[in-house]
Amino acid sequence: MPVLIAFPILILLLIVQTAILSNTPLLQGTTDIVLLAVIAWAIQKKVDTAWVWGIIGGLLVGYVSAVPLPVYLAAYLGAVGIALLLRQRVWNVPFLGMLIATFTGTILLQGSTVIALRIADTPLAMNDTLNLIILPGLVLNLILALPFFLIFGDLAKWLYPETLEM
Amino acid sequence: MRTSSARTWQTAVLAFIIIGFIALALGGYLAPVTRVLMTPVINAQTWLSTRYILVQNYFNAPQDLGRLRQRNQELEAENARLESQIIELEQQLSETRILSALVDFARVHPQNRYVAASVIGRDPSPFVKYVIINRGSDDSLRRGMPVVTSQGLVGRIAAVTAGAGRVELIINPASSINVRLEPSGTQAVLLGSVTGELTLDMIPQSASVQVGDLVLTSGLGGNYPGNILIGQITSIRRLETDLFQTASVQPVVDFSRLEILLVITNFQPVDIAPLVPTPAAP
Repeated sequence: MPVLIAFPILILLLIVQTAILSNTPLLQGTTDIVLLAVIAWAIQKKVDTAWVWGIIGGLLVGYVSAVPLPVYLAAYLGAVGIALLLRQRVWNVPFLGMLIATFTGTILLQGSTVIALRIADTPLAMNDTLNLIILPGLVLNLILALPFFLIFGDLAKWLYPETLEM
Repeated sequence: MRTSSARTWQTAVLAFIIIGFIALALGGYLAPVTRVLMTPVINAQTWLSTRYILVQNYFNAPQDLGRLRQRNQELEAENARLESQIIELEQQLSETRILSALVDFARVHPQNRYVAASVIGRDPSPFVKYVIINRGSDDSLRRGMPVVTSQGLVGRIAAVTAGAGRVELIINPASSINVRLEPSGTQAVLLGSVTGELTLDMIPQSASVQVGDLVLTSGLGGNYPGNILIGQITSIRRLETDLFQTASVQPVVDFSRLEILLVITNFQPVDIAPLVPTPAAP
């Protein structure tokens, strides 16, 4: 069930991302709600399908985007790895873990994209890239981290109910 | 006999008096008298009627209130339906205007065959400038086909699936197009950027280029058909130490508001990569 439900949720988020959020940038930067969903899912304790969500999210976004697919796949899996690491380290303050994972995951994704485009000989003005895309995108992701953390926290409680120990 | 005669006379006199009163009333001579007599009657009638209406309203008010509320709900529902209808019609009007402009464009360029497509999304990555359209290989779209609007060049198809296509915009950082400047006829290369700005490069130092010159596709390189409008030069940078001049270009297409596009389906892009000499080639 936690794996099957990943498909409709991530596809719906991808549709919202491409149809609405990519049309409403802050400067030139946009949020990445699929990445946020994957991180918010991975940071929830008891969740054991985080890697699968990372793979599904990376494949979906990589398929739609013109950025090479391995970039998204690797960055999403990297973000999941960071989230799982932080879940063990800051387990008593999970939202702090969500913020840190969002920050590092976003930087990881955007850094990977820049490197991949530079390798493909795409000219990118680093100053503009940093000021107009990376930083605004980071701010948007951090702003949306809280609602995603809460929504996916409820989803995790629904899919992994607490069991009473007698 | 005498009794019946007296009665006749009494009747005649009575009739005469009544007729006289009627004649006086019709002539308006009894108005002061009737006013004095009728005023208290009218006042009493008014008082009674007012009280009756108040009592009637008191008993009927709840029914009226319910009816009014129901009517209000009906009107609000009707209002909402009409408002949504107006929005729908405005949207249809907007689409009709765009389609009308595209039809005009197609008439002006009868040598091309077009397929209209709607923009349904943008690339999720902010580093690249692509849009997703709702037509694909099922509609005979192929990779490399140029995409235009009624204003000018938008880009070309970079990838297709059966039902959708991905269009690389000319403002994409990796985009480079061979262009011609009018009226000078100078050849140059138009480059996209990560900020969405267009820059002209490779303009010879000797070329006479002015602000306001038009930028059109040259057709060189085989990626785009010639003579499609792209934009206008807004500023020129010329340094004596550089090999070439550069210039900024204002595109005629508003890339933030793309809705309906035309794909030129009868243009076959030419892949000249095998003809480009490489260092390893003899």
